[in-house]
Amino acid sequence: MSTQESLLKVQNLHTGFEIEGKTYYAVKDVSFDVKPKEVVCVVGESGCGKSVMSLSIMDLLPKHNGKIAQGEILFKGKDLVPLSDNEMNQIRGKDISMIFQEPMTALNPVLSIGFQLDEVLINHTTSKNEEIRRKSISLLQQVGISRADQVVNEYPHQLSGGMRQRVMIAMAIACQPQLLIADEPTTALDVTVQAQILELITKIQEEVGMAMLLITHDLGVVAEMADRVVVMYAGQVVEYTDADRLFYAPKHPYTKALLDSIPRMDETREVLNTIKGIVPSLKNMPAKGCRFVDRCPSAMPECAEIDPQLGEVEKGHAVRCILYDASHPEKEAEVK
Amino acid sequence: MANDAVKSEHLLQVQELKKYYPVRGGFLRRKVGDVKAVDNISLELKRGETFGLVGESGCGKSTAGRTITRLFKPTAGKIFFEGRDITSLRGSELRDLRQDIQMVFQDPFASLNPKMMVGSIVSEPLINYGKGSESKLKEEVMNLLSRVGLPEDAYYKYPHEFSGGQRQRIGIARALALKPKLIVADEPVSALDVSVQSQVLNLLKELQQEFNLTLLFIAHDLSVVKHMSDRIGVMYLGNLVEVADAQDIYADPKHPYTQALISAIPQPDPRNKSKRIILSGDVPSPQNPPTGCPFHPRCPKAMPECSDKKPQLREVNRDHRVSCLLYE
Repeated sequence: MSTQESLLKVQNLHTGFEIEGKTYYAVKDVSFDVKPKEVVCVVGESGCGKSVMSLSIMDLLPKHNGKIAQGEILFKGKDLVPLSDNEMNQIRGKDISMIFQEPMTALNPVLSIGFQLDEVLINHTTSKNEEIRRKSISLLQQVGISRADQVVNEYPHQLSGGMRQRVMIAMAIACQPQLLIADEPTTALDVTVQAQILELITKIQEEVGMAMLLITHDLGVVAEMADRVVVMYAGQVVEYTDADRLFYAPKHPYTKALLDSIPRMDETREVLNTIKGIVPSLKNMPAKGCRFVDRCPSAMPECAEIDPQLGEVEKGHAVRCILYDASHPEKEAEVK
Repeated sequence: MANDAVKSEHLLQVQELKKYYPVRGGFLRRKVGDVKAVDNISLELKRGETFGLVGESGCGKSTAGRTITRLFKPTAGKIFFEGRDITSLRGSELRDLRQDIQMVFQDPFASLNPKMMVGSIVSEPLINYGKGSESKLKEEVMNLLSRVGLPEDAYYKYPHEFSGGQRQRIGIARALALKPKLIVADEPVSALDVSVQSQVLNLLKELQQEFNLTLLFIAHDLSVVKHMSDRIGVMYLGNLVEVADAQDIYADPKHPYTQALISAIPQPDPRNKSKRIILSGDVPSPQNPPTGCPFHPRCPKAMPECSDKKPQLREVNRDHRVSCLLYE
């Protein structure tokens, strides 16, 4: 697998926001890649930068203060960062498409479902006018909407949350993209509907043969969907490995603590593990040292001094923690 | 006095509770229908236990919680608190009752007054009920704040200075101030991140033991409810479909809806991908619920008679009640 060429390769990405004349980095030094037909999950708590990272890839950052300051986003070997709006428009929705968390705000309430679906096809395909509506209806059928020929003429408010998310998925796959970015696609939905949508996404992903970058805060969804996982904390990647190793051999203290703090159905534990404190806000980020140091159960004095780097501890398993840093004398001893 | 026996064991009893919201329409705003938010639930809470009420959005769990605390007036049914009928209490009697029943709300951003100091928020219930002199009041509030894990200077701060988890702690301190017997917690952690969620869950558990509280814990997340509760009631479309021990409901769910709900929860274990039971369709509107069993249009095990006959909650095992025709 690892010899296969990456479809998307994010390198060294820094995304900053300018607030009152100062730049704050919501994404700081993020690198990972997505291979063709692979599902990569990005997991982290609110404020960890996972959404900003996905908006950076799509070039959808707020124009007035958000900016990619450094780094490369290579899609099939081509850097997307320097592209103009026009060039990006050719890629967005066609080669890379995105579904959002809240399907009500992502759909235009005053345009019919059909109009919004047609628009994607008009912009990105050469289909003839009379074919377009037929294609829209078949897309709706593909995402499991039973009365597709009626739904095309309806408006978003007439549909339930699950149905709206299905429409969003139909729009996203209209041009058979190679990469789908799904930003918390099931967070606003109930569990039984979430199960429907996750199953649909998996089915479609196999049918279309696309890769997926799935952004979520739910470790259950990660376990269910992911081939590989990127764990983010405070704008940085702290751990990056395959799903099995993440759940069975996590390395970073944050990942370990996060896995221990979720209640599980199949066990009886009186007290849950907690992570003390809260995620530091963008403005209060420590200037140097590890960003997790204040909350870390295995913190050492030097953690506040040295900026840990993301490094491979074994093939396909990278961690950002000086406990695993080979150049650090106390490494392995401390771990055990 | 049949109620005496009841009084000792059960803190709260709810019998055939209904809460309908009127739907008005037309020029004269006449009532044209009802939203049957809670349609016949019966349950009882033992002293000191945590009863979890779980269900998807729109199933009526929040309405049930608020009707039980008498924030809403029930449409029908009876509520007994410590053996006393509180269904139609009014005025000063209702006001007195509120000392014993307190609530913790879901949204820690909306349930705290942004213009009040945290100290005032937490001391308000005490002042309201004339508890404690002014000098003692502050000391008591400080104790409460430190008990829920907030720093002392929190007293002089405002809600916006706190994170979501800390605000939820303020809400919990306010609910505890009057030393209530029952706390209804309506989705207390669903707005919080996992690492903070576990802090608040642990705190609630500690406080429950320390203050000997009875807790009605309302949430949509079955793993959280199972972690917190001694017994669990599963709601669907205004009806209680299954009530059992927390362990039982997970190990041996009886109702097809409970089975689907449990199977739908993604487990954080990639080697054990759950065999999901995928329900078709969406929850029907409570304004126009299906005839017979409310779950039959989506039920994978539906039989022809399910659309005619409404099942009743009945005991299938010891302390395990289900409302499903499969078990009748």
